[in-house]
Amino acid sequence: MNFKQSQTAAYFFLAPAMSAIFVFFFLPVIAAFIMSFTDFDIYALGDLGSVRFVWFNNYIKLFDDPLFFTALKNTFYFVIVAAPLSIGVSLGAALLLNSKLVKFKAIFRLSYFIPVVTTLVAVAIVWRFIYHPKFGIINYILSLIGIAPVDWLGDTTTAMPAIILMSVWKSFGYNMIIFIAGLQNIPEDLYEAASIEGASGWQKFKSITVPMLAPTTIFISLITMIGYFQFFAEPYIMTQGGPLNSTLSVVQYMYQEGFRWWNMGYSASIAFVFFFIIMIGTLIQLKIQKSTE
Amino acid sequence: MKLSFRKFIFLFLPISLGLFSCSKDNESETIIKFWAMGAEAEYVTKLVPEFERLNPGIKVKVQQVPWTAAQEKLVTAFASDNTPDACQLGNTWVPQFSALNAIIPLDEFIKASEQIKKEKYFAGIWETNVLDNHTYGIPWYMDTRVMFYRKDVFEKVGYKDPPKTWAELLDLSKKIKAMHPKEEKYAIYLPTNEWAPFVMFGMEAGSSLLKNEDTRGDFSSKEFKEAFRFSIDFHRHNLAPIGISQVTNVYQAFADEYFSIYISGPWNIPEFKKWMKGNLSDKWMTAPMPGYSNNYPGVSLAGGSSLVIFKNSNHKKEVWRFFEFLSQAKTQIEFYQMLNNLPSVKKAWENPIFRDDPYMQAFYSQFTNVRATPKIPEWEQIAFAKVQQYAELAARNSMNIDEALKNLDKDVDRILEKRRWIVEQKKIK
Amino acid sequence: MIKKILIYSFLIITSILTLIPFMWMIGASFMFDGKASVFPPIFLPDPFTLTQYQILFERLNVWRNFFNSLLLSSMVTILYITFTSMAGYAFAKYRFAGKKVLFNLLLSSMIIPSQVTMLPLFLLLKSMGFINTYMAIIIPGLANIFGIFLIRQYCLSIPDSLIEAARMDGATDFQVYRKVILPLAVPILVTLAIFSFLGTWNDFLWPLIALTDDSMYTLPVALANLMLEHTKDPELMMAGSVVTIIPVIIVFLALQKYYIKGIMMGSVKE
Repeated sequence: MNFKQSQTAAYFFLAPAMSAIFVFFFLPVIAAFIMSFTDFDIYALGDLGSVRFVWFNNYIKLFDDPLFFTALKNTFYFVIVAAPLSIGVSLGAALLLNSKLVKFKAIFRLSYFIPVVTTLVAVAIVWRFIYHPKFGIINYILSLIGIAPVDWLGDTTTAMPAIILMSVWKSFGYNMIIFIAGLQNIPEDLYEAASIEGASGWQKFKSITVPMLAPTTIFISLITMIGYFQFFAEPYIMTQGGPLNSTLSVVQYMYQEGFRWWNMGYSASIAFVFFFIIMIGTLIQLKIQKSTE
Repeated sequence: MKLSFRKFIFLFLPISLGLFSCSKDNESETIIKFWAMGAEAEYVTKLVPEFERLNPGIKVKVQQVPWTAAQEKLVTAFASDNTPDACQLGNTWVPQFSALNAIIPLDEFIKASEQIKKEKYFAGIWETNVLDNHTYGIPWYMDTRVMFYRKDVFEKVGYKDPPKTWAELLDLSKKIKAMHPKEEKYAIYLPTNEWAPFVMFGMEAGSSLLKNEDTRGDFSSKEFKEAFRFSIDFHRHNLAPIGISQVTNVYQAFADEYFSIYISGPWNIPEFKKWMKGNLSDKWMTAPMPGYSNNYPGVSLAGGSSLVIFKNSNHKKEVWRFFEFLSQAKTQIEFYQMLNNLPSVKKAWENPIFRDDPYMQAFYSQFTNVRATPKIPEWEQIAFAKVQQYAELAARNSMNIDEALKNLDKDVDRILEKRRWIVEQKKIK
Repeated sequence: MIKKILIYSFLIITSILTLIPFMWMIGASFMFDGKASVFPPIFLPDPFTLTQYQILFERLNVWRNFFNSLLLSSMVTILYITFTSMAGYAFAKYRFAGKKVLFNLLLSSMIIPSQVTMLPLFLLLKSMGFINTYMAIIIPGLANIFGIFLIRQYCLSIPDSLIEAARMDGATDFQVYRKVILPLAVPILVTLAIFSFLGTWNDFLWPLIALTDDSMYTLPVALANLMLEHTKDPELMMAGSVVTIIPVIIVFLALQKYYIKGIMMGSVKE
């Protein structure tokens, strides 16, 4: 088959997916970029002629917007606490399930994994009731050890931790699977050699497991970080961003500005700053990955 | 096996798409799509059969939208050309939808109608629907906010009658607080996630909230500052609970005397009745808002819902018939009995159930002094996102009053920037 | 020995803790109104009732939302694996101008979060008249770079000799794709199908924006809508959650082997 025939056939196979991606992904990204330089808002919906180019005004406004910084702060809080917690729990679960002592692995693995596939909205609703100050299970368990009921979702200091707990519960199974694969890739003889030299379990963990898992860990922290950064449904369902904006996330703020107040140009600028931050985070992580190789 | 499965799906696909995405307009009767919110949606559905009986050939399909998502959904529907024929609209939202050119002015319909006439409604409420001398909505039901209070507690501190002035309200609150110095009890509940009382006090002190044709914030004005100071002082002097989390159930807290005054609307009467039962049932009452100095009652919000017709509707005449049905005094009273939504039609108030209901007196009296909030699309964002935010900061003493109001004005000016530009453009033309 | 007991008990306790929310959810969904709001909380409905489900399906028309979710998830999945398998195959086995540039462009765009596109996509679909229709959900789900990448990865390992042999027998390009590549790619296709099905079923933010009529809502959006109205009715909400979650759990349980494999594959060589 010559190159030309090959090329034509290739374009035929590529056409559906590429058209979809270009028209409905790349094009909107570019449009969003342009939109972020305009003041497209509710007046524009009624009369397109009222749109103006405001150049960098939206971005300048953004840096002067305390609510945006609150959303940013909350999002960072969420990511910085939830990500390591989730990774730690997944690693722990993976180590347990990888232990040679354990039979019936499949059942335990299933129980830990089920939360991952369930619909976030449905689960957030269940947890909203679990956190109920009077009738929720959490406060009941606490009462058994003598702790007074806490208004988890109504108190500014506990709302975010409550959401973090639910998030970790929901997603740790996913990373656990990846860790299990990573652990199984570590050659057995490394551990045997270490045992012969008299290394303890902890030493084996520190000098064999951790370094061998490094690439996996970096990969996991990257996808976890990116995923958590985008959290929206949790505060939307459980707290509506409250109390007092203590759980407002960046994506939620973007949604509010864009689809509740219809300041769409402004919302687009939030989206791009958000994208920029994620990109920086990713590049940093990749740099770390490069340096460990 | 895989192939035949795919064949099946490709056949199934167009059939089901066809079944479910084609419109149903090929019927001999007219179907009106009407969106309503919350409990109103559930109950208006009960009124529909009667209307359909009196108007054969017209069917009304009611879709319920929760209050908390209604505004977004309606604007989204407009943005995507998917509006219903008509809907219930909180009257503070009417300016937004008229700015969008989404709803039509109803002057022609009103002129030709016998049933719906401006004089038949309370002036303050009708006004909320008038923009640029055109009427965009018909008041469906009204509400306003008054004081709900513990009669017994008031009497204990020497107030046989509810306070008629701000000074009395403050004095009364201090006395209530002084009654229980050791316990955690308060005089009044003024949560900072409810903007209405803060705005109401401002209006009562004479503030217009916004200035320059509603293109700039006027919250730093002398009048609003005084009102704001007055309301925030209740927090600063510990006369009101600061957090929202302490009060998970307002009615229970009221029954427990956690606080003795709450500013709210008629929708709460059934709940209060439920919680204040037994020997508590005669210990509470409603009263109009206290005045700033010599006027009584003080200003309250002209709230309620309007009925509006969307520009894209193909059944405007039929919708108007539905509106006329809903505006009959008889229907309004039925609706009130289901839901406690106060009729907007004056005639309905002559009915004994209102005259004889002790809780209604305060509302009837309050309706003589109600005012609309600025009729601009941005008001929702200003009230919800900004006024509440700064009331919170000031109440917690994170900002002093002057600073809070200055920042509020700054934020408001920013929100109104586009409107300023549009107003100027109109002037140039 | 002690170590074994400790590990097992730890595993059992933590498994139960992980599953407690679901146990309560299911229990509460079979209770009468108000029976779930008790202290201490109970897990076993007494008396047992199907009334919440009745309300959901008869009064609130949730069957309609269930159908929407089912139809959309199935349709999107079929189109998705068709589109991505074709593109992935092309990237793996064909030479064409711009291949490297295109592929790198796609790869680097994986970092762009989908939320960036939502506003303009909304306006674009609105101008096409697709908002509040099934197309609004189908269109963004037609293809993505992740799927193309995985398929390409998989196809690279298919020996060229097989393709050559088919060509020599006179097969056209499309026939090669259909008769040689697809059957071999069944494992990865099933994996991607699960991802797509679950992803579409569970999607929330976009359907929230793009669907305005309650008869068009998918289950998650209908559920969220219900939540805003019925914050004080845990029993009804739990029934709604059960209805939403059960199908995905069934799909997952039936095909978990492929799903888990897919996760591991996506993590290798990133």
